Amino acid sequence: MDLLISSFFNLDILEQAWPFLLAGFWMTIKLTLVVVPLGVAGGLAVALLTTMRSRIVKWLVVIYVDFFRAFPPLVLLMFIAFGLPFLKIDLGAFGAVAVAFLLNTSSYYGEIFRAGIESIPRGQYEAARSTGLSAVQTMAYVVIPQATKNVIPDLISNTLEVVKLTSIASVVALPELLFAARQAQSVTYNATPIIAAGIIYLVCLWPLVRLLSRFEHRQIALH
Amino acid sequence: MLDRLVDTFFNWQVMSEYLPKIVEGFVITIQLALAVVVSGIACGLVLAMVRSFRMRPVNFLIIGVVDVLRALPPLVIIIMFYFALPTVGIKMSAFVATWLALSLVLAAFSEEIFWAGILAVPKGQWEAARSTGLTFLQTLRFVVMPQAVRITIPPLTNRTIAITKGTALGAVVAVGEILYQAQTAYSFSYNPSPLTMGAIAYLILFIPVVYFGRWVETRFAWKR
Amino acid sequence: MSDSAPILDVRALYKSFGHLEVLKGIDLQVKPRELVFVIGPSGSGKSTLLRCCNRLEEPNSGSIRIEDIDILAPGVDINAVRRRIGMVFQSFNLYPHLNALGNVTLALRKVEGKTREEAESLGIQALTRVGLAEKAKSFPNELSGGQQQRVAIARALALEPVIVLFDEPTSALDPELVGSVLSVMRELRESGMTMVVVSHEMRFAQSAADRVIFMDDGRILEQGPPEQLFNAPDHPRIQEFLRTIQAH
Repeated sequence: MDLLISSFFNLDILEQAWPFLLAGFWMTIKLTLVVVPLGVAGGLAVALLTTMRSRIVKWLVVIYVDFFRAFPPLVLLMFIAFGLPFLKIDLGAFGAVAVAFLLNTSSYYGEIFRAGIESIPRGQYEAARSTGLSAVQTMAYVVIPQATKNVIPDLISNTLEVVKLTSIASVVALPELLFAARQAQSVTYNATPIIAAGIIYLVCLWPLVRLLSRFEHRQIALH
Repeated sequence: MLDRLVDTFFNWQVMSEYLPKIVEGFVITIQLALAVVVSGIACGLVLAMVRSFRMRPVNFLIIGVVDVLRALPPLVIIIMFYFALPTVGIKMSAFVATWLALSLVLAAFSEEIFWAGILAVPKGQWEAARSTGLTFLQTLRFVVMPQAVRITIPPLTNRTIAITKGTALGAVVAVGEILYQAQTAYSFSYNPSPLTMGAIAYLILFIPVVYFGRWVETRFAWKR
Repeated sequence: MSDSAPILDVRALYKSFGHLEVLKGIDLQVKPRELVFVIGPSGSGKSTLLRCCNRLEEPNSGSIRIEDIDILAPGVDINAVRRRIGMVFQSFNLYPHLNALGNVTLALRKVEGKTREEAESLGIQALTRVGLAEKAKSFPNELSGGQQQRVAIARALALEPVIVLFDEPTSALDPELVGSVLSVMRELRESGMTMVVVSHEMRFAQSAADRVIFMDDGRILEQGPPEQLFNAPDHPRIQEFLRTIQAH
């Protein structure tokens, strides 16, 4: 028991590590605030492209989405962070993470928005067009608001996954929460910082998990 | 420019030198992925069935553990298992740590999915089965689970694919899977061609899986 | 067993859901080969009474005996008792993942431990009794509501119950499908099956029931042969109820 406390819940160590962890926490928040909106915007763009008439565009979008769904995000990140500098494209750690996340998460968000748009009946388009709205206006004011509402649980679920995924940025030495915790661990030779990071993730994300499991039970019970 | 691109990312010499390593990683990735899928889903199924007994303390425990596993990033769990647990005397190999972490995460997600599926089976099904003398467990096994599993297949497939891709996280704790081999080869050769090979290996592995997922989604979409 | 010993013997049965008392002391005896019809306004406790009789609901107090076995006794094997009591539900509750024969044979195989061949031959017999042998391989979603309910009846019959409880068996059916289910029930009665039926099919009650029971607010208000209860009931409450039913 004492061993457990001194190894995992060591307050002295925590005090030393706290400034690192706090800085890492803020970096994680900053990262989230950049990658989530980027991914949502990218996903919306992907979904809108699939509604276009052009067959070629549709095919390209499907290839894009499947390609990045098949690619483990960490592999993508390493490729961008370590491979691209050889072409003199150096985005820096933050930039590499942002680009990797944009490519990966936009395909997931894209699939969600597409399902939402497909759930809107034809009558909605026809009603909107019959009142003189343009195609773009119909999308913007009639279809997308309803589509988004229909897929809110999926959007939240994906966002939770994206926030958790920011932890892989530690691999390319972006000083976010997990990276800070591992640094602190290697300096102090004690696991407390990692446990503390875990607890921080838990405290921040647990409410979202609860909310989601409510949604999921309700959703599947409706079928 | 094109020459340079090919020389950098598709360097034949580097690629042929490290191909055996990537193949080795490929095999390990498959082993890890299969182990995670089997143990994760089996464990999730059992947990959901235990939960259907509705014993309060047990269910609170299941919900608590599942929530924690859903809230923590998988990489954090892997690192806890591999770097934190040994400090209290629990040691495991990198492969086991990654397998255990990903299995637990998949178990948590699949438990939630199966449980939602069980809830979706109407109460009348339980009553009809019990009224013919089937026991609780027989009802669960022969009447409720077959129906629950069918509606859970699409969400379960997608979640399983996402978590299996997490096998790449094993590279962080030096499990010799594809990404780790690619990364090591890259740092030896100082040429990103091994990373290209690794990426291609993942595509070969996962594009069929993604297509399988799409097929499952349309196949089971609105059928009950 | 002598003909007068009841198959179902309910004494002083009480059941509450929270603060709501649904059954307030029910006494009911059903003799072999008897068809007892239970009517009454919704919320009067008819369904709850039936569901207590095979312990889909647990009564708060009282006793229920089936062929002289106290089914509320602590050590009783409820699953063994339940296969002696057939139950037919308003919403059929067929298993959607199994075909008609699979629905009928599941309990034969898993509860009675019969082999697949034995179970299937008994299952076909049961389906023949309800006139659906040719639909054995059909899945519930390929059957009409009336056919589904008849498969559900076959599922209950296959276990050779000593009594069958019907909980509003025709309420969920379109009017033109009601007849097929009622004629199966009529044949069952003629073959000597003991039955308790909760239903609003007054014409069927008039022609087929041995005894009609009127329930109101958790009590049995009056009971007797159908002619008496329908034509000259003692309670104004029953006249009122019959008038509202006929108004439809």
